Amino acid sequence: MQWEVVIGLEIHTQLTTRSKIFSGSSTTFGSEPNTQASLVDLGMPGVLPVLNQEAVRMAVMFGLAIDAEIGQHNVFARKNYFYPDLPKGYQISQMELPIVGKGHLDIAMEDGTIKRVGVTRAHLEEDAGKSLHEEFNGATGIDLNRAGTPLLEIVSEPDMRSAKEAVAYVKTIHALVRYLGICDGNMAEGSLRCDCNVSIRPKGQVEFGTRCEIKNVNSFRFIEKAINSEVQRQIELIEDGGKVIQQTRLYDPNKDETRPMRSKEEANDYRYFPDPDLLPVVIEDSFLDDVRATLPELPPQKRERFQAQFGLSVYDASVLATSREQADYFEKVVGISGDAKLAANWVMVELGSLLNKQGVEIDQSPVSAEQLGGMLLRIKDNTISGKIAKVVFEAMANGEGSADEIIDKRGLKQVTDTGAISAVLDEMLAANAEQVEQYRAADEAKRGKMFGFFVGQAMKASKGKANPQQVNELLKSKLEG
Amino acid sequence: MHHMTLAEIARGLAEKKFSSEELTKTLLARIALLDPQLNSFISLTEDLALQQAKAADARRANGESGALLGAPIAHKDLFCTQGIRTSCGSKMLDNFKAPYDATVVAKLAAAGAVTLGKTNMDEFAMGSANESSYYGPVKNPWNLEHVPGGSSGGSAAAVAARLLPAATGTDTGGSIRQPAALTNLTGLKPTYGRVSRWGMIAYASSLDQGGPLARTAEDCAILLQGMAGFDPQDSTSIDEPVPDYSASLNGSLQGLRIGVPKEYFSAGLDPRIAELIHNSVKELEKLGAVIKEISLPNMQHAIPAYYVIAPAEASSNLSRFDGVRFGHRCENPKDLIDLYKRSRGEGFGPEVQRRIMVGAYALSAGYYDAYYLKAQKIRRLIKNDFMAAFKEVDIILGPTTPNPAWKLGAKNSDPVAAYLEDVYTITANLAGLPGLSMPAGFVDGLPVGVQLLAPYFQEGRLLNVAHQYQLNTDWHTRTPTGF
Repeated sequence: MQWEVVIGLEIHTQLTTRSKIFSGSSTTFGSEPNTQASLVDLGMPGVLPVLNQEAVRMAVMFGLAIDAEIGQHNVFARKNYFYPDLPKGYQISQMELPIVGKGHLDIAMEDGTIKRVGVTRAHLEEDAGKSLHEEFNGATGIDLNRAGTPLLEIVSEPDMRSAKEAVAYVKTIHALVRYLGICDGNMAEGSLRCDCNVSIRPKGQVEFGTRCEIKNVNSFRFIEKAINSEVQRQIELIEDGGKVIQQTRLYDPNKDETRPMRSKEEANDYRYFPDPDLLPVVIEDSFLDDVRATLPELPPQKRERFQAQFGLSVYDASVLATSREQADYFEKVVGISGDAKLAANWVMVELGSLLNKQGVEIDQSPVSAEQLGGMLLRIKDNTISGKIAKVVFEAMANGEGSADEIIDKRGLKQVTDTGAISAVLDEMLAANAEQVEQYRAADEAKRGKMFGFFVGQAMKASKGKANPQQVNELLKSKLEG
Repeated sequence: MHHMTLAEIARGLAEKKFSSEELTKTLLARIALLDPQLNSFISLTEDLALQQAKAADARRANGESGALLGAPIAHKDLFCTQGIRTSCGSKMLDNFKAPYDATVVAKLAAAGAVTLGKTNMDEFAMGSANESSYYGPVKNPWNLEHVPGGSSGGSAAAVAARLLPAATGTDTGGSIRQPAALTNLTGLKPTYGRVSRWGMIAYASSLDQGGPLARTAEDCAILLQGMAGFDPQDSTSIDEPVPDYSASLNGSLQGLRIGVPKEYFSAGLDPRIAELIHNSVKELEKLGAVIKEISLPNMQHAIPAYYVIAPAEASSNLSRFDGVRFGHRCENPKDLIDLYKRSRGEGFGPEVQRRIMVGAYALSAGYYDAYYLKAQKIRRLIKNDFMAAFKEVDIILGPTTPNPAWKLGAKNSDPVAAYLEDVYTITANLAGLPGLSMPAGFVDGLPVGVQLLAPYFQEGRLLNVAHQYQLNTDWHTRTPTGF
């Protein structure tokens, strides 16, 4: 049986407002427990919420960026359930009238295809606190610092058909919210969390299968693994004659499996109703215009521009446009070097692996865009070869200065003087007289192979500095001549 | 001294006939002597009161003035008072000292009012008889075997018994106006959004509104002046200038159009009360008012709608009382669910539990449309009725309650019978309109109130009519025997 995978995602993004969504407390991460919990965050008797306008502005930014309908009359509702880290016994969220309605997002796949994913809605809500189960001798500690942090919950249509597409979608959202400056995207700290709804159906079937929701997956890698393992579980279950039960599940990365958390029967009836403490949010057209004017160039536009302006492939352009910082870096390197393809290669491959190895973001790169651009200029004017460039790049990463300084100090300048190269070659050929004899006696096919040996010897003799093209030409004439 | 109204006290203090400290001591002694009969206070704040009285006297000595500077009051025990128990009449909050002051408390303190204590109330403001309090029922000073009304029954009984001149109350379905009627007081529920709800422990957020209880309209004007105003901490508070209520008292009633809804005089109304209401209408006619019969056709739906909306909101508002951060926590919970069940089961009394269950039911999946949404539609219809009526009249007049105060325990076995007592008051809460109850006579020695309703933010008009009426009648000056 051929199975088709159907995935829809709910992404919770913590908005980077300075204070909470309904109180004046700070939203800084990592403070001492309960030092950022005001009377409102504690759900004290008699307290009332006041909406933080900045959260509204950020949600609207997101809505405009995905071409969504903005709920110009949107309403906060109470989602009622009991949990110790939910101080009021209800979460203020949005139900029937969310701030962001239907929109969409284009994601670029590795094979260069573009896929459009629908966004059903995005709504504002408050985060809960944290229950701490360790260090309390069997009791539970409650930290309410996070309670009331603004979240934008982004709900996708069930449009994704593979774990890879799901990851590409999350990466696109991740890039977008960081571009907009509305979420820091720090998944390790929980600033961006993902619930994955996964079902399978026989290929060609129109109706969806029964879905399971994998809660709170918090890295790109785990999203892919969790979905794949859940898909595998569902396929095996059905092929063994079983049935998928609608469930909330948790992914265990150590065992690479999902486990049930609660089933539909145990699900809460949240008894949503409009929060009488908050008035409906009315968004005027003028406000929308103001927000629209502040939108930066966004990843899809940037990707298209990179393709058109620099002739890059869809995939390269979309990778470079992933973060604002990376795109800016790339454009700076292009500006200095005047060669977009060379710049794209160096930024994606060498710089990428350097940053990866050092575990730093591009805005803390040990090699600046100016340094890299300067080095690319030296490749282009034949001062250094691509091979020597790697040595220069490593030296720049070690803080040895600009490319020119390094080339100078280390004497890495390429030798292009025909006379000097010729002398080196003569010396090398004399030392390998036997091989020269063999070469001359050989037929065309064998000569090809042997030629490489002489090039290698020549480069070795010149310590890699001889211009490879000149070496080729001179060698050929000396051997054939 | 204890017979003085706020207005008389303000004059006495201004003329240095007595100090706030002397007055405060006198009233505290009177409370100690007489309140055991009434049970109108949950907490007395003698130390705070004396300190505030001395501070007020000092401010006056420094040349400050103000109608509330040095005036003794009390707060219904659901207004948060920093460092002082704020119980809501419930075992749940018996141990709760609020960590902050409600806006109303802070504003009145800043104006120099002296807080004598916190008054008894129905548990979480749920009741019309003040019998659901954890601290025991309050007695009506007009007849100690009768209820004083509720839920602001402690404030009403204390002011009616001349233990102090005025007190704050809150009104969700009539909880200021009904006890005012049953104890011969003037009580005002302001327009929704006129008085901040910050620090006022919520019963039903879209209906709750704080307001004054006093013996005269003049005093209600003084106390409301200190309570009203926009509060950025309450999103439902309305940024509308506060007029000078005392200045509005003296307008002429010549040509004032008073609407009397025909639906008010149906079967449930005690005919003796109907007669007193007609007498008050005649009195106002003498003062130049024009009377017009009007109709509020959707009034009959008000009680069912209210008893869906209020419990629905309450079921959610009261979820924070879970035994985790404050309030009552059961002994030795064996797990989380046990902690919730027993803490809430032990902390809340039967009426509160009843309303939480009704409310949770009305909001639950599959019933929401049939109950909550339907009730909201009725609410809009009721509001539309009023909007239409106020195109024709300036004030709507009728009885505050269908019956005078009943005997303690008389309606305990039938909660719905008690709910029906709210029939005249509830509509103003559903529509968000201001309403006032004032004394209109007696039936069997028990007071009867007449209710006035006005368009949004026309509290001044209500006070004006009531004051003019009180200048020409003396019901409000009658004092219960023994007090």
